[in-house]
Formats: sequence, C-alpha cells, structure tokens
Amino acid sequence: MTTPHDTSESLANQILDAYNTDSALCIVGGNSKASLGQPVNATSLDVSGHCGIVEYEPTELVVTARAGTSLTELESIVAEAGQTLPFEPPHLGAGATLGGTIACGLSGPRRPHSGSARDYVLGVKMINGRGEILQFGGQVMKNVAGYDVSRLQVGAQGTLGVLLDVSLKVLPRPACERTVFIEMSAGVSIEIMSWLAAKPLPLSAACHVPEGDDQTELLCLRLSGAEAAVDASIVYLRKEQSDFAIEVLGENDERAALFWQDLRERKLGFFSSEMPESSQGLWRLSLPPATPVFWCENSEGTKIEHHQQSRDEAFTAECLIDWAGAQRWMKTNAPAEAVHEVAKRYGGYATLLTAEGAIQSPLSSGLMAVHKNLKHAFDPKGILNSGRLYAEY
Amino acid sequence: MQAEARAAMAKDLVAQFRQCLKPESILFREEERRPYECDGLSVYRELPLLVVLPETIEQVQQILRLCVERKVPVVARGAGTGLSGGALPLADGVLLSLAKFNRILDIDPENRCARVQPGVRNLAISEAVAGHGLYYAPDPSSQIACSIGGNVAENAGGVHCLKYGLTVHNILKLEVVTIDGERLTIGSDALDAAGFDLLALFTGSEGMLGVIVEVTVKLLPKPEAVQVLLAAFDDVEKAGDAVGRIIGAGIIPAGLEMMDNPAIRASEAFANAGYPVDAAAILLCELDGVEQEVETQVGQVERLLLACGATEVRVAKDRLEREKFWKGRKAAFPAIGRISPDYYCMDGTIPRHQLSTVLGGIRALSEEYGLDVANVFHAGDGNMHPLILFDANKPGELERTEEMGGKILELCVSVGGSITGEHGVGIEKINQMCTQFNAAELTQMHAVKAAFDPQTLLNPGKAVPTLNRCAEFGAMHVHKGEIAFPELERF
Repeated sequence: MTTPHDTSESLANQILDAYNTDSALCIVGGNSKASLGQPVNATSLDVSGHCGIVEYEPTELVVTARAGTSLTELESIVAEAGQTLPFEPPHLGAGATLGGTIACGLSGPRRPHSGSARDYVLGVKMINGRGEILQFGGQVMKNVAGYDVSRLQVGAQGTLGVLLDVSLKVLPRPACERTVFIEMSAGVSIEIMSWLAAKPLPLSAACHVPEGDDQTELLCLRLSGAEAAVDASIVYLRKEQSDFAIEVLGENDERAALFWQDLRERKLGFFSSEMPESSQGLWRLSLPPATPVFWCENSEGTKIEHHQQSRDEAFTAECLIDWAGAQRWMKTNAPAEAVHEVAKRYGGYATLLTAEGAIQSPLSSGLMAVHKNLKHAFDPKGILNSGRLYAEY
Repeated sequence: MQAEARAAMAKDLVAQFRQCLKPESILFREEERRPYECDGLSVYRELPLLVVLPETIEQVQQILRLCVERKVPVVARGAGTGLSGGALPLADGVLLSLAKFNRILDIDPENRCARVQPGVRNLAISEAVAGHGLYYAPDPSSQIACSIGGNVAENAGGVHCLKYGLTVHNILKLEVVTIDGERLTIGSDALDAAGFDLLALFTGSEGMLGVIVEVTVKLLPKPEAVQVLLAAFDDVEKAGDAVGRIIGAGIIPAGLEMMDNPAIRASEAFANAGYPVDAAAILLCELDGVEQEVETQVGQVERLLLACGATEVRVAKDRLEREKFWKGRKAAFPAIGRISPDYYCMDGTIPRHQLSTVLGGIRALSEEYGLDVANVFHAGDGNMHPLILFDANKPGELERTEEMGGKILELCVSVGGSITGEHGVGIEKINQMCTQFNAAELTQMHAVKAAFDPQTLLNPGKAVPTLNRCAEFGAMHVHKGEIAFPELERF
C-alpha cells in the first residue's frame, strides 16, 4: 500500500507556472489510460503522488480518495467493509488510478444495471487551468447547489481540470452472484437481453460473445443479490428459456469471476484474436440496447439471421455485445465514416481505439462550439490535455 | 427600467411575438400575467413583463432570438411547483412557459425509455408506461403536478433517491435551445455520448444554460415486491443509528424516511395514519425487489430496528396498510400547514452521522428565534427538511424565519453537507451559496454560464450569486486567510 500524500499545492503551483509561461501539460497518473485518447505532446504532470484515502465511512456509503490512489487499493479497502464500486471500473493496466478511471469515465459490465462512473461521483476537488484549487459537489448523496461541475469532469479526460480528490458513492457487495451461459446467436441474445432488462430480475451483467475458436456463441448473464432471489431468478430463466442449452456455473466455479474480469479488462479471446485485414483498430459503439444486428459476420460461412431485416449487407464485422446491448465492441474493415454513420443512425456514437490513441465520433458544429467555450471557461490558455478528446480543443 | 421604457419594450415584443405566436399565446394584461408572478415559493413575487406560451420548438427558438437581439432576459417555467423561486419572473423579462409542451412523444419499451415534452407531468410518464410493467423512478412529492422539464432543471429527487438516484441518473437525452436560438442535442439514445457529459451539467442548472424542449427518460421495470416497516423510537438519535445499521448491514431500502415528534403529531392529526404520537421519532422503511429478497430483508430490518431500541416495529400486512403508513409521511407538509399559519421548508443535506449534532443545532436556533420546527428527513440519503413554523402576518416574522433558515443551511454546510439536496438554489438560497463556495468556485460557475449565455440573459440572478452579492451578504468564504480577488470592491 502506498503512503498517503497530499501534493495538491505543488500540483497547483506547477499548473500556475504552466499558465504563466503558456506551456502545455499532459496529465499522467498510472499511465494505464494513455491509449484512450489522442496523444498529448506536452510536459508530463505527474499526479500519481497525490494518493491515499481521505475519508471512508461505510455506513455513509461514501468514500473520498485522492486521484493518484491505486484503483486496486481502493477496491480492496471498500471490499473489506463489504462494499464495492458499483460501476465495476475496468483497470486496463496494473497502474490504474482512481483519477484516471474517473477522468476517462470508465464503467464495466455492471454499467447498464447499476449505473456509470459518473452516476457514482458525488464531488470532486480539482485544479482548473488557472491553477486554482476548486471543490464542487460534496460527500453527500443529494446536492444540487450550483452547476454539477464534478460530474462534468467524468469522461472529460483532464481537458477541464486536474482531479485531486474524488468522492464516490459505494454500495454493499451483493451477497451472492451466479453466472449463466446460454448458447445463442447475437440476434436472439439482443432480444432476450431486452426482454430480461424489462423484468424485475437481479441482473448485474449481460453480454453476447461471438463464436471464437471453440465454435460456440454465448449469451452470458450474471445475477447478483440475496441468494434466494438469485436462485429464484435462475429457476425462472430455465423455465422461460427452456429451448436453449443453459449452463449455470457453480457457486465456486472460478470461470465465472475470470470471465467477467476478462470482459471488463478487454482480455477475452475476442479482443486478442486477429483483426480483419485493413481494419483501423477496435471499435466501441455506444448504442441503444435493442439496436438489432446490422452487420454481417466476418468469419467464413457467414451466418445470416433471417429474422433481422435491417442488416446492412455491405457492413461486415465481428461483434462482442456488452452492457445488455448498449456497448458493442466491433472488429471491421469498414471505413471509419461508415462506422460513425451507422452509430449515429441508431442513436449513439462510436470510438475508434488503436495502439496510438482513441477518437470519438465527430460532434455537431453547435456542440463543438459549446465544448470549446467550456474548455475556455476552465482552461483559458488550453494547457491541460489539449487535443486529447478532439483536435479542436 | 423606467415604467415608460418598460411599456415600450413590452409593446415592441408583443408586436414581434405576434409574427410567430398565436395571439392567445402572448399574455400581456396584468390579470393574465398575475398567475405567473411566483412559483411554489410564494414569498417571492414579481410580475413578468410578458408571458409567452409557445407550442413548438421553432417558436421557442424565435422567442429566444427576439429576446437576445433586444437583450431582454428570459425565465423558463414548467409547472411552477419549484420550492426555491427558480422560476421567479423578472419585471423586465419574458416568462417562457413550457406548459403547452405536454405530449408524450414516444414510448420505447424495448430500449426502456420514453421521449416526452418538458411540460409532461412527472407522474403522467409512469402512468403512460405502466402497461409495459415499467415506470419512471424519481418521485418528487409534487409528482402529480410538477413537469419533467422542471425536474431536469432542478435535478429533482424524491423519497426513493437512495436506491434509484436523482433525475440526473434517470435521463438519457435532452433537446435544448440555447439563448441564441440554437437547438442542441445533449446526451444520446445510448447510455453515454461523445464529448463532455453535458447531460450532467444541464441537469440541475436551473434554467441558466438553455431551455429544455424535450426529454428522453430512462424507464425501470416495476419491482416485483414492495414492503414497508414502521418503527417508533423514544429518542431521535436511536432512530438515526438504526438508519446507519440498516445500511451497514448491506441493505439499501427503496425509501427510508424519518419524522420527529412535532411532525408525527401534525401528520397523525391530519391523516390518521395510526402513527404512535408519543414517539420521539418514527422511521418508515420501504424495501423492494425480487420477492424472496424482500422477504429476507424484512426479517433482517425488523431485527435491526429492535436491536437499535425501537419501542415498536410494525410490518404492513397488505397494500392498504402500506399506503396508510406512507399517507402520514406524504401528508406531512399540508399537515404542518394546518397547525401553523405558514411554514418554511428547508432542504439541507448532511452526512448522516451528523444528524444528532444538526438536530441539536436546529433546536438551539428554534429557541433563539422563538420559532417552532418540525423535522421531516429523507434519512437514507441525509436530506433534511426542517419546517419552520411562522406567521407571515406578524410583522418581521418572515424575515426572522428566513434568517433562521439561512443559519440552518450554514449549519449543514459546516458539518460537510450542502444547502440544497433537491429543491435547488433559485433565489431563495442564493446568499447561502456564498457559504458553500468560495470566490474562485463561484467565478468558475459564472464562466460555465458564460460558455452558454455570455450576456447573462437566461434566468439571471438565480442559482449562482455574484461576488458583490456575497461581499454584501458578508459570508464570503475566506480560504486560508486570503481573500480571492482582492481587487474587487467590497461593500
């Protein structure tokens, strides 16, 4: 465990110096999230030294920690009190810190059922581009005093300020978790996921994994809650979906935890297997959950699911569906514009992830103007992580 | 503005608005404007210059363009049930009512969302989607009347926040019109959107950044089972401990409400809910979820309550008794209204373990000011609603009440809480903002506003105080002995 340190004054001074000398900074914590935005060519501002738990009172359901705190350490501290970060943050590297997780707005498989990283942020202490230390939100569940500047920081990737301390709402760890695998195609899975999500079941994850080397494609579900409730839900599932081969993993089956961890960390076979020729990288599509299968599968012997009519024959891809349909990882050689276009058509957006960096779908001109204005409001000289989200600011 | 200039401005605007609005959608006679002079916080009143009731997004865009050209401020209004004066009009400004935007545009059960116009009532959404087994979770006490656009503007809460979150957690997308008349889509039909989380920024922005003209809300499946327990305590502190013990045991109730003795007595006299009137405090605990889970938790909670010294624990036998338990709590405000000529409802939040300190502080203030207080408390999430009882007809009593209310909020801030949990700052708590935020933080908020509304025409004077106002109020937060912006004049 690292020794707690408060380096906020020194960080504020470094930013003030940068402000006074017009020098750009690149915020670095554990350096596990570098590829989630565009590279920033600037002097590093190391925030990893600003670490440690500031306050944790389990019965208040609130933990406040410094941005440089190791995510693993934070998770183990709340776990000791029988609690959890309900948005199941991906680490994406051993060095993952709380600050990077919040700045990137990262949420794992539990996201559609329990909420996102931003949903659990209660307040932040931060430094803006003028080197001023500011506090927004707080350590209480409900707080509508002033603009919600703290949740605005989530996903802003440091372009609006450097996070110092973050207060999060935590929740009790579910008493029991069971994983269910059902052999099923993507199209049917989307329908089942949508049907399940409208039922009052203790669902905590739902994904569809495409056919890999083992030649099976699976709908994977996780149920979390009181043991009796989880058991009853499994009985219900078996009854309602009796046409399918259902495997319920045993309570102590190590495959379960490992599977969800690999999904969260983007380490399942799908992510490590080869990319199609001339593909630009891995795509993440954020879509309305019931968006149908609009792609054709890459693999030889392309399967056509006849009940889907909206399929775009020209769009071939391999797809892993997470977040009960709302997050889709895609490997395709379709041109970037085509992917952005299809995501937009269905009401969402896309992000292209490559080894060099990530870029999100373009913003409308009106929204881009607002983004630039907001950037200017927090960082008038454009010294903090500029260009990381969009080249324009 | 002088009366003459004001009349000329009104005349010019009416002529312009007639180009784009039906004549009956422009209210300029005094008796027509009168109903709009206040919102749910009726101690603040101001007659607007004009009231307009557009029906289409294009009309909203045209109205805002006309106003921005003339530098006329605009205050947007939903159902007018807000409790902080957020929709208080301006004498020189246009009041933009969204009342005619009252249609549910689309219900999408597969994606569990509904696209609605801002004037749709909160409860009407749940009613419209009930057939799909779905509902819209945030349930402010005014849900029968309040509109969803206002809920978004205030980030409205309700009794089920601890488990289901506030408005910000339950919406997906907004269509907004900026002061320049430009239409923007904030958020998306997916679970997140490209760029900044503007959805979070807009929620609770009190009509200062843009006018909300469409809302896509998230819908949840109705829980399979619901159960309610009522526990009586001879000591408020024990009731507070019980709340911590329930949550500490890993149970997140759907609702967890506390009332103190004055609130219990008033509610019982009004609603006949069968409350134990001698109790120092009662707790109402609602549990929901899968049937087997609720069953298990009812037993756990009952044991915990008794272990914490509850003098009595009742588990509702059926739906009727559940409703009876809630009836008293839901009638608490009107019940207080019956025993006192006027009451003033506060909305501070605190870390729960500070409950007894804060209640003690409120008691001391109550004695100091000679004003009685009844406490209703969203105990699960630390949101207090002290109700100060007063008589507005007694000279000076309203002013004393407001002063005491301000002190209560400052007390909440001093223990690490906030001046408002769900009612918003509006005009009411604008001075207390100077206690909760320092000058640099307030300046940052003004910069956020300027990013959307550089001329400060949307709902000016609300939510974020000017530094001058804070200096005048004398509560400027001094950080480490240094006054920020020493170059600014102080009053």
